[in-house]
Amino acid sequence: MVPTTYYLILSAVLFGLGVLAFVFKRNIITIFMAIELMLNAVNLAFVAFSQALNKSDGEVFVLFVIVVAAAEAAVGLGIIILTARNRSSLNVERVDLLKL
Amino acid sequence: MSATLFIFFVLAGLAVFGAVTLILQSHPIHSALSLILVMLSLAGLYLLMGAEFVAAVQIIVYGGAVMVLFVFVIMLLNAGEEERTNFSKLAGFAGVPLALALAGLIAAAVANSTRHMPAATTGALTSTRNLSKLLFSTFVYPFELTSFLILIAILGAIVLAQREHN
Repeated sequence: MVPTTYYLILSAVLFGLGVLAFVFKRNIITIFMAIELMLNAVNLAFVAFSQALNKSDGEVFVLFVIVVAAAEAAVGLGIIILTARNRSSLNVERVDLLKL
Repeated sequence: MSATLFIFFVLAGLAVFGAVTLILQSHPIHSALSLILVMLSLAGLYLLMGAEFVAAVQIIVYGGAVMVLFVFVIMLLNAGEEERTNFSKLAGFAGVPLALALAGLIAAAVANSTRHMPAATTGALTSTRNLSKLLFSTFVYPFELTSFLILIAILGAIVLAQREHN
């Protein structure tokens, strides 16, 4: 038997690492992967709560999160391809058109 | 230590290891492979909790479709090593402790508030039938809306990534 708290702590740690990767990485694709990592951390918490409360609602939410993440990946990677084509670089520091 | 607890710690360690290597690797393809490791170990954790359908979807959609899309784009754009840019001193000085503090704060809050919750690992598999009943009765409108979302996302991706006609 694994306590629910362990799963939630693991979820928090993974979310924190996702935030770290999001802030520190310079490659636009890796930053996108950090967002996926944070979504996965939230999914873990959803499933842990759903199992602890013995209700399937949380698992349905996870399915919706996965669907939205898949749609987001398709559109986001399209935007990344467009950005890379226009600025010929994947570095987010180079994408500074709106910078004063 | 029971067997389930041991499996939990192995899978949790793999997930955290994958997340840390995602940050430390400088090549995007290595980061993508570490993210696949995280997703597979999370699928194992779902299976351990008894959510077998979510585990299967995790592997098929996340480990399969989404990550293949990522790897595909990395290869398409021929992404190389990450450029080292000297970010501000403040980011390196305060960023890491603050991010760790965020994780610690969330962990402490949930640990305090869920101490008396029952164990997440029941050992028995919850029936997928329950999940599908809920999905097609209570959540049927959001479920139908997701099909529109997917359609719009496909159209958006095609419009964004197509070559401009001169």
